Amino acid sequence: MRRVSPSRLLPPLVLVLALLGAWELYADLGSTSSFVLPAPHAVAAALWNNAGFIAANLGPTAEEVGLGILLALALGFALAVAVHLSSPLRRAVYPLAVGSQAIPVAVIAPLLVFWWGFGVLPKLVVIVLICFFPVLVTTVDGLRAIEGEQLKLLRTLDASRWQAFRFAELPAALPAALSGARIALAVGVIGAYIAESQTATSGVHAGLGHEINADLTALQTPRAYAAAFVLFALAIACFYALSVAERVLAPWAHPTRGDTT
Amino acid sequence: MATELQSRTARPPGGAQPLREPTAAVGDAIELQAVERTFTDRRGARVPALAGISLRVARDQLLAVVGPSGCGKTTLLELICELQAPDAGTLQSEPAVLMPQRDLLLPWLDARDNAALALRVAHVPRAEARKRAAALFAELGLEGFERAHPGELSGGMRQRVAFARTLLAGKPVLCLDEPFGALDAITRAEMQDWLVAALGRAPRTVVLVTHDVEEAVLLADRVLVLSPRPGRVIGEIAVELPRPRRRTDGAVITLRERALGLLAGARPA
Repeated sequence: MRRVSPSRLLPPLVLVLALLGAWELYADLGSTSSFVLPAPHAVAAALWNNAGFIAANLGPTAEEVGLGILLALALGFALAVAVHLSSPLRRAVYPLAVGSQAIPVAVIAPLLVFWWGFGVLPKLVVIVLICFFPVLVTTVDGLRAIEGEQLKLLRTLDASRWQAFRFAELPAALPAALSGARIALAVGVIGAYIAESQTATSGVHAGLGHEINADLTALQTPRAYAAAFVLFALAIACFYALSVAERVLAPWAHPTRGDTT
Repeated sequence: MATELQSRTARPPGGAQPLREPTAAVGDAIELQAVERTFTDRRGARVPALAGISLRVARDQLLAVVGPSGCGKTTLLELICELQAPDAGTLQSEPAVLMPQRDLLLPWLDARDNAALALRVAHVPRAEARKRAAALFAELGLEGFERAHPGELSGGMRQRVAFARTLLAGKPVLCLDEPFGALDAITRAEMQDWLVAALGRAPRTVVLVTHDVEEAVLLADRVLVLSPRPGRVIGEIAVELPRPRRRTDGAVITLRERALGLLAGARPA
């Protein structure tokens, strides 16, 4: 595994500090009201003072995102395999899968709540609906990436269609599916926000998305920004967790330069 | 030690197929009579690849097929391996396995598991398959690289792993499609010496497609020269020279020139 050296951390750190500095200046010069744009130090203070409250709201959101991505990965992969092996199925399913991405969540949210109530389930459905698509597309491409020549070779070794799938196509699709999951993750966090905004929730700590909407209505802008910052950090953490999973599950897709372990 | 290279009579499970059809002449492993193959291109035009090919390959003989690019050499091998069917003519062959030009090793399997792929396909238990692959690795000079992944192997070693995979398919006929074409000159010469030695220890029927006339003369019992597309047999050269042969031998040079002469004569004006 790569060790993170200071020289690797420096560029993102410099960029973040520069952006924060510009933001702080812009806010401090009184360009806008602090209800519209709080200064970074105000956001940091809100984060510090409300750490317990925000952490309690992070729990449900992190659970929705984590479970949602896993379910999207499973659904996207299964659909990709089905679509890859059967061209009638591909013609039937692909247009619907593309179209499903255009459905505004607000349209179906009442139905989801009617079916599954105020718990985590309707939110998971929204996240999976948003996230399965990139997994489907990258996995189908990964399955197709096995060339005709490779399949010919397997045939000359007397492999059946199923064996060609199991020995060649399936392992080739694994890193592609995980890449799809990383793309899905970026939209998955915003998906969680949309899910929490659109489907009603019971309980005090109902998730960061719910909290952000409540804070914005109550003009608690710094705390809304603090919660948004936590969402931002959640996305980055999940992205790197998936990268690590990809390196462990599909090391051949990332040949290490130099050492061979 | 009884390894794959030496066990021609006792074939492993998955390799012990009956002959596809009884071969015509006793001792012939492959027989083609007036075989034709035509493809249809994207615009629907018919492109003949092979026009009336007739040939016989005796058991344990090494036949080299040379010809210009696009003369249907690969098509010929795929016909023998039953990956395609002829449009006309008859083709009889003992079960044949193809070794494509590119090694096509699977990057997620180590060298040993890549070599044992045919055994795994034939439902040989993993441990047993690995044991048999490992036994072959010693003979191929791959000892110690059983667990290396393809990305960690040199071109010559990858080609040897691909050859081990071909042998472990346990079929009596090997169809090699430019197996050394992508290698540098030094590695290619090493691999040629090695193939001669390996087949000397354990003869097999081999059809070797190559664009390298010198390689054909160095390795083969007979050299078949094909015309430009559509491929027809325009000449045959019997190479009755003792092995190992050297590229500097006078007789090798003479035969090479003859083959080159045939190829030059067939070039479209």
